Amino acid sequence: MTGILSLTTFAPLIGVAAILALRHFGTPGEKTDTAAKGVALATTLATFALSLIVTLRFDASNPGFQFVEDIAWFAGLHYRMGVDGISVLFVLLTAFLLPICIVASWKSVDKRVVEYLIAFLVLETLVIGVFCALDLILFYLFFEGGLVPMFLIIGIWGGKRRIYAAYKFFLYTLLGSVLMLAAILAMIGIAGTSSIPELMTYQFAPWLQTWLWLAFFASFAVKMPMWPVHTWLPDAHVEAPTAGSVILAGILLKMGGYGFMRFSLPMFPNASELFTPLVFAMSAIAVVYTSLIAFRQTDIKKLIAYSSVAHMGFVTMGIFSGNAQGEQGALYQMISHGVISGALFLCVGVVYDRMHTREIAFYGGLTQRMPIYAAIFLLFTMGNVGLPGTSGFVGEILTMTGVYQASTWTAIVAATGVIFSAVYALTLYRRVMFGEITNPELKTITDVNWREVVIFTPLIISTLVLGVYPALIFNVTDTSVNALVSAYRAAIGG
Amino acid sequence: MQTLVTVLVFAPLVGALIAGLFGRRIGDIASQTVTTGLLFLACGLSWYTFSQWTWGHMEAFTVQLLPFINIGDFQSVWSIRIDALSATMLIVVTTVSALVHLYSWGYMAEDDSRPRFFAYLSLFTFAMLSLVTAADFMQLFFGWEGVGLASYLLIGFWFKKPSASAAAIKAFVVNRVGDFGFALGIMTVFWSFGTIQFAEIFPQVAANAGRTWAFAGHTFPLMDIACFLLFIGAMGKSAQFFLHTWLPDAMEGPTPVSALIHAATMVTAGVYMLCLLSPMFEYAPIAKNIVTVIGAVTALFAATVGLTQNDIKRVIAYSTCSQLGYMFFAAGVGAYEAAMFHPFTHAFFKALLFLGAGSVIHGMHHEQDMRRYGNLAKFLPITYAAMTIGTIAITGLGLPNLHLGFAGFYSKDTIIEAAFAAGAHNPIANFAGVIGLIVAGLTAFYSWRLAFFTFNGHARWGHDETHAHAAHGHDDHATSAQHETHDEPLAEEAHQHDDHHGHGHDHKPHESPWVMLTPLVILSIGAVAAGFVFVDYFVGHHEAEFWRGAIFSAPDNHVLHDAHNSPAWVKWSPLVMSVGGLLVAAYVYLLKEGLGARLAARGGPLYTFFYNKWFFDELYQATFVRAAKFLGDLFWKGGDQKIIDGLGPDGVSAVSYAVGRRTGKIQTGYVYHYAFVMLLGVAGLLTYALWAWAR
Repeated sequence: MTGILSLTTFAPLIGVAAILALRHFGTPGEKTDTAAKGVALATTLATFALSLIVTLRFDASNPGFQFVEDIAWFAGLHYRMGVDGISVLFVLLTAFLLPICIVASWKSVDKRVVEYLIAFLVLETLVIGVFCALDLILFYLFFEGGLVPMFLIIGIWGGKRRIYAAYKFFLYTLLGSVLMLAAILAMIGIAGTSSIPELMTYQFAPWLQTWLWLAFFASFAVKMPMWPVHTWLPDAHVEAPTAGSVILAGILLKMGGYGFMRFSLPMFPNASELFTPLVFAMSAIAVVYTSLIAFRQTDIKKLIAYSSVAHMGFVTMGIFSGNAQGEQGALYQMISHGVISGALFLCVGVVYDRMHTREIAFYGGLTQRMPIYAAIFLLFTMGNVGLPGTSGFVGEILTMTGVYQASTWTAIVAATGVIFSAVYALTLYRRVMFGEITNPELKTITDVNWREVVIFTPLIISTLVLGVYPALIFNVTDTSVNALVSAYRAAIGG
Repeated sequence: MQTLVTVLVFAPLVGALIAGLFGRRIGDIASQTVTTGLLFLACGLSWYTFSQWTWGHMEAFTVQLLPFINIGDFQSVWSIRIDALSATMLIVVTTVSALVHLYSWGYMAEDDSRPRFFAYLSLFTFAMLSLVTAADFMQLFFGWEGVGLASYLLIGFWFKKPSASAAAIKAFVVNRVGDFGFALGIMTVFWSFGTIQFAEIFPQVAANAGRTWAFAGHTFPLMDIACFLLFIGAMGKSAQFFLHTWLPDAMEGPTPVSALIHAATMVTAGVYMLCLLSPMFEYAPIAKNIVTVIGAVTALFAATVGLTQNDIKRVIAYSTCSQLGYMFFAAGVGAYEAAMFHPFTHAFFKALLFLGAGSVIHGMHHEQDMRRYGNLAKFLPITYAAMTIGTIAITGLGLPNLHLGFAGFYSKDTIIEAAFAAGAHNPIANFAGVIGLIVAGLTAFYSWRLAFFTFNGHARWGHDETHAHAAHGHDDHATSAQHETHDEPLAEEAHQHDDHHGHGHDHKPHESPWVMLTPLVILSIGAVAAGFVFVDYFVGHHEAEFWRGAIFSAPDNHVLHDAHNSPAWVKWSPLVMSVGGLLVAAYVYLLKEGLGARLAARGGPLYTFFYNKWFFDELYQATFVRAAKFLGDLFWKGGDQKIIDGLGPDGVSAVSYAVGRRTGKIQTGYVYHYAFVMLLGVAGLLTYALWAWAR
């Protein structure tokens, strides 16, 4: 199976080539656009099939990297790919969400369709690459490169204030990546290798770990995003087109958490331990602070964006709890949030496509006209609230349990999040869905169509199945996470 | 037996899925038939299981279905645990649920989303069954929040009504406050025992009884902390003092829902949890005392409020709240058997009272204000008879010397006796006992007030202009929960639950159809007989054989035994109080009809205090709700926009925006900047790497 990771990673680029050929030979117009959409959909579905093969062929009892490819480039540089139990599900998640994004954009994007699709396909390649790369330089290329298409998606197909949002997005991530770049250079210089598996066992001097940790932290904390470097996210979400938000919340945010688990914990364990209180503090603040802000939002997307920051607070605190419940919970929370927040942004997309506003006050009483939509939106609202039976619960309770063992204070503050999430999520649902329809423009709004049902069905199934039988995920992640935890604990002498 | 209980638990879920997913396609009648049929199946199987347990020498067992969460020692399995506690709850839940399903055929006959309603009812039942059959904390929590979801959906069933959706959110959020404690309690348990399986925790408790838990520079007894946190969860679900505010508002839901969820089953989940966790609570004396005090205060508080309410459903809601207080202080003083017996009998007579009230509301064209009732005995004779039985049962009439009485007599008197028995060693238990006696009198007063107000005296309905006017005037108000307190007594609370009857002027009350009356009759039998048939098994001579270890009493806990040997005054005084309450109610509402209204109109400070529910809603509104809004705005506009953005990106942008404007390529400009920086980075990286390896 060697080579399948590269194939999965670069398969979307084949679609890009096909679309470019299509545009080159076809006449510009709706027909070409539709054909391009078809090609993009087929490509993303094929990529999903490949990622599914990777996941199914993945040997969950092996904690090491699998499907490893190692090709010497030039001058000592290596092209290294491979996945373990921590990364393989992110590959699957990415490939799972992309076809949904393409279908979701089917009708709602009408300008520069070809470029739009190309941006998404390139994005897919780069994001999958992030999770497969086993070489620092390769990782850096994918990691930073992935921001370009996202930046374009917001800047070109975004809303009214897209320039401001794209700019903010850019500024924050730039700050992080410059520091991370410096750290990468230092690491290669000192360890004499850019291989991630080798670096994971390399012991950096504690003082150096501190600086390297901070540099990586700058990048990952922005990406998560953690409080107080989160303010780019609500703006980016509000301005991004629906599919852009899905990718942003569903996958791009997870790159930060993945980074913490791939780099910070195994490579800089002593520094991780040193900074754990800082991370706990920032995470706990994030949960309370952004939940309360979410409660006061007037824009549906902004509300969900702030709630994402709160949920990511659980992830960061879980990762740094240093025990199996916390790590597994964090990983699970990332996967689950990828599905649920993606679905919530799609829910916003449904009404936005019809009414072209995201103002909460504009809506009200939609249940009367849109009963199926009401049920779907309710399910994902409950997932967001972390109701047991949905996937949102499992990650939340596990991270809190893990953190409780490391820091009771943090767990108590974080647990207030279960109250706040109910407040803002149900208030939103009430204001949009319940009551009489008072706005005359809503009198003719239509329920979800079959295309939208197709989009939501896999997300609904995932949310419920993962909520009832999370072992599907844990069976894959267990060995690798346990290896991570025991290595970390051995390194810090715990 | 394993297959049988599996079918039992999942039958309601199947019904819910069929009615919920295909309700529109298969139609109303089919949806109702499927859900009701499956519920009666579950009910039959439950009674079979229960009889096997009680008379058939069945052993306790657990069916393991599927792993749920398995991370290290954190092991949870979807299971069905059958023992005395769960077998008892099974029959309570499925019996009331089946009858409520049947009743709803009539009550909801004119509603246009019946499949949704029946799906929610069945979903609730499934969640409740998974709660009572849980073998570990995760499944317990699943059922716990699952019934919360169903409750939210059913309270907000008439989603067009702002007051209904407000009440739904309130119920969910207040329960979440409880679940906050519950979740922390589970984590404390896991931290202490390294497991969340009941069967693995309980044997370890005695050995861990002396452990402490350090927090914020203090040390606390571990078991007390764990039990207290778990109890916070129980307070939310069972509407105990401080977390009770959602229950009265929950009456916005259709009346069958109130009977099923907010009287007979869900609200007793907290009591069930305390009894289930008796092996832990027995080693948590401080937590038990807290439970006792909260329970007693709840009983008193809710009874005093219940005295003054005019909405028939709210009176019964406060009555439920008050009875739950009894159950809690029973558990608090260590009489878990009595604490479980009372929900058992209470389920029958309280469901009866609610469904009876529903029958009255139905017959009165959705009027809920008792001041517009009167003399209904003539028009609703069967409802009248049933509700009278329910009232006798709840007021606990019975003769202690003969050991003969209605259902409530056995369970409530045992609780009061147990409190005084425990009072021999613990003054707090004595306090609860005294409160229990006082509340017995108050219960009798408000229950008979409701009965007399509704069924006797002069008719106060059917001919007034002001009626319709007042009723319609109310639709302008935002939420009934809020406006209720500000109105003058007579103009309030005319709920129009469903306008399908309209508010015609000269309508006559009518008796309900048989599909609604049958459940009343069946529940009446329970309200009469559930006590004397089962008293020996729950709290009497056969108690130990019945429970078979499902409830744990510490070696020095003889409360139940001592309760049976109470002095005569303890045994007789509940009856005296109850009859006293009856006589006062009869004087005020029968002999001197109108006296009550005059007293209310005078509105003394105590009356105002009770009538406004001790001003809890106002208090919470002024503190928590306002604080959350204030902080939300502060963090958003102050924190995010002014401080973080002001110092960060916006500050920088002021500079670079000027630059960008000059070049005139703002949009693409940043892309180029970005790509440029990235290229620089890659170039630098490569250079450095090459340099490093070349060495």
